[in-house]
Amino acid sequence: MDTALPARVAPTTVAPAPWGRVRRSRHVANQALKIICTLFTILGATVLGWILLMLLYEGIGGLSPAVFTETTPGPGSQGGGIANALVGSLILTFLGIVVATPVGVLAGTYLAEYGKGSKLAEIIRFVNDILLAAPSILIGLFVYMLMVQPMGGYSGWAGGVALAIIAVPVIVRTTEDMLRLVPGSLREAGAALGAPMSTVIIHISWKAARAGMVTGILLATARIAGETAPLLFTALNNNFWFNPTLMGGVSNLPVMIFQFALSPYENWRELAWAGALIITMSILALSVVARLLLRKDKAR
Amino acid sequence: MSTIALNTSSAIGNAAAADASAPVRIAVKDLNFYYGDFRSLKDISLDFYDRQVTALIGPSGCGKSTLLRTFNRIYSLYPEQRAEGQILLDGQNVLSPSVDVNELRARVGMVFQKPTPFPMSIYDNIAFGIKLYEKLSKSELDDRVEEALRKAALWDEAKDKLRQSGMGLSGGQQQRLCIARTIAQRPEVILLDEPTSALDPISTGKIEELIEQLRSEFTIVIVTHNMQQAARISQFTAFMYLGELVEFGPTTRMFMNPVKKQTQDYITGRFG
Amino acid sequence: MVALSQERLVSSAASPARRSPPPGRDRLFRLASLGSALLVLIVLAGILGSMIYGGLPAFREFGLGFITSSVWNVNEDQYGAWVAIVGTLSTALIALVIGVPLSLGIAIFLTQLCPPWLKRPVATTIELLAAVPSIIYGMWGLFVFAPLFANYVQIPVSNIVEGMPIVGTILYARTPSGVGILTAGIILAIMIIPFIASIARDILDQIPSVLRESAYGIGCTTWEVVRNVLLPQAGVSIIGAIMLGLGRALGETMAVTFVVGNANRLSGSIFDPGSTIASRIANEFNEAIGLQLNALMALGCILFLVTFAVLVLARLLVSRVKVG
Repeated sequence: MDTALPARVAPTTVAPAPWGRVRRSRHVANQALKIICTLFTILGATVLGWILLMLLYEGIGGLSPAVFTETTPGPGSQGGGIANALVGSLILTFLGIVVATPVGVLAGTYLAEYGKGSKLAEIIRFVNDILLAAPSILIGLFVYMLMVQPMGGYSGWAGGVALAIIAVPVIVRTTEDMLRLVPGSLREAGAALGAPMSTVIIHISWKAARAGMVTGILLATARIAGETAPLLFTALNNNFWFNPTLMGGVSNLPVMIFQFALSPYENWRELAWAGALIITMSILALSVVARLLLRKDKAR
Repeated sequence: MSTIALNTSSAIGNAAAADASAPVRIAVKDLNFYYGDFRSLKDISLDFYDRQVTALIGPSGCGKSTLLRTFNRIYSLYPEQRAEGQILLDGQNVLSPSVDVNELRARVGMVFQKPTPFPMSIYDNIAFGIKLYEKLSKSELDDRVEEALRKAALWDEAKDKLRQSGMGLSGGQQQRLCIARTIAQRPEVILLDEPTSALDPISTGKIEELIEQLRSEFTIVIVTHNMQQAARISQFTAFMYLGELVEFGPTTRMFMNPVKKQTQDYITGRFG
Repeated sequence: MVALSQERLVSSAASPARRSPPPGRDRLFRLASLGSALLVLIVLAGILGSMIYGGLPAFREFGLGFITSSVWNVNEDQYGAWVAIVGTLSTALIALVIGVPLSLGIAIFLTQLCPPWLKRPVATTIELLAAVPSIIYGMWGLFVFAPLFANYVQIPVSNIVEGMPIVGTILYARTPSGVGILTAGIILAIMIIPFIASIARDILDQIPSVLRESAYGIGCTTWEVVRNVLLPQAGVSIIGAIMLGLGRALGETMAVTFVVGNANRLSGSIFDPGSTIASRIANEFNEAIGLQLNALMALGCILFLVTFAVLVLARLLVSRVKVG
């Protein structure tokens, strides 16, 4: 050491404190956090696994060809299937998505391409986010007042509209989000070729955002396929084949499951489990496919 | 040769001369660093002297920030990053798993590129770090907070709004708050990762003055992309390139009389 | 946008020979988009309007007493919402008390603790919980959870607390069947976890990593970083995520209808059956006529206003919520 530098000899620094200053309680709290958060996550995953196992355990025994070919049996009788409910659900879901897709896509397009930062767009965006989480039973009540009462009875059309109202906000939201990801330069390039705005949107923006928009429609389908509450007062249910005009009650899986699961008849409850297995697996498969589609598109 | 360092030479000499006889505070021995499979530091061996400012310079991606981030093991937040070799802080290898990483970070403080006040009052921003390691009475704590703010040259500006959020300060003040927060813990070493790159020239000047004052108490390592800054405030300079240490020496010599061609090219602005 | 349409005008005028769509189509497309967007507003207004219109006779008949009365008697045509309101609020509150810590724990695990390779599978699993239809939660709750809950919680707890002051009331099951307010709250908690957890995860992910690093940089443990820096930094957004979960819990129908017990009586015990606004509408609406139908509509109106207020607050706090 160079003694010519007195400042160095008498350092003003506090001498290094000995190691081991971290209080034990801090480590304990930290470990507790880690363990608790991990346990909570395992608990969440366990519930999903538990539900799926329950459906397999209870539902797989009830699955037979008759389930897909025969109509729902009368109270207390044996055999039968849920063919009418399956077909009814397919029709109602299809109806809902067919109505919702053009409305949702156009509304999302308005928000992303035309409205953008305008006051009106801001309000619509706000309202759409609220509809996205609004209680679905209220939508059932609304459509009851809107269609069932004026038309004098339950109908598949009312059920389809109720499902569409639930699907629209999902499609609006994903469409807007996906269109916003399309770079502005693409649009400008289209416009520079002399294409009108609508052509630019349809042939450039929509094309670029296609995968995301399809994902949104699939997610909306998954969402409405399992909805029960809005169908209770619109499509109701039907234990026989429904009228091809869709007037009167239209049988559907969710309401069928609701009625059969709470019934005192063993045979009905078995069919409810079979239906529950079918509907849950279909919806989870649809959700997974939708996610994979988006991921594949993002990776591209 | 004599024209090489023209633009920086005016700055050299502002800082106190290097004191190579100072004891070694941090000794890096054969340090290798990996991002996954990519080796981003290659056999670095380097000494950092007690109460000296050492600047790490080099083009972006050269590994200077990576090297800095090994000293307090902040890289270990990211599981794919790992360091091999030895970093001896007062003879203790900080890379050893037996070293408590939280305590290490209280001993080796760090100030980041962007000011990062915590979402709490100015007072608590400083008291929070102290309370992690020391149990103090209210008045002792008040004293420590004041001392830290004074040393960071922020006391006069902040003394009337200690209970206000740290977010309300200007960028330069926020950065000095972060420095105050660090020195309040009484660390042995302070790591500065481009601390002025997000600041205006006046705030930068204040921070540089501050570094010069803090040198009397702390061993300082600063990463900077600004060579004039390195020349102005450091006693030692290490030039890194592509993950390797190219040259290390007293700042004056490094800028006036670099040994390696790469160093010469970099400080004259021929690349980087 | 203005520049864009001007450019279009200029260039299409310059090349009249080019095959271009009829000018009306562009206008039509724009109007169709605007119309669809306005439809979203109309639907919300329509829901509110129909609830008010349908519920008005009941509000007229009973006045403010509709909210405060706990009598719901179809035979005497007397309707009061109090039991259902209390049931709705208490099940939602229980759902928050249980669901919020779980959701935040999961969000913290996903953003701070989870090894990178595990992130996506875990996140997908949690998100899939949101895709399971609510009727399935109802079946799980009624057929799997409720019997276990009766045997391992309701009966032992009731035996312990019997005769004690306060807890002897709140935690005593007269008929330990497993269904009731608490069971409904627990099922709701599970149902809102994916919503709160995934938004909270997004919020935590958006916090700049340099803030997190500097908190670690002064020697904080993960717990200290989360509690003192990350959660305060996320601030009201987290509250917004919780409000969104609350909105879901208030309006959830089918799962609750399965497990709440559908009792019309007010009870001091959370082990006892009760009913919520949504479950009562689901149970009674199809057989309701006359004033009962109006009363159910009025219940719907109350539910709408409460969830609307909660969701508006949530939306204001979280700048933009995630698609469910």
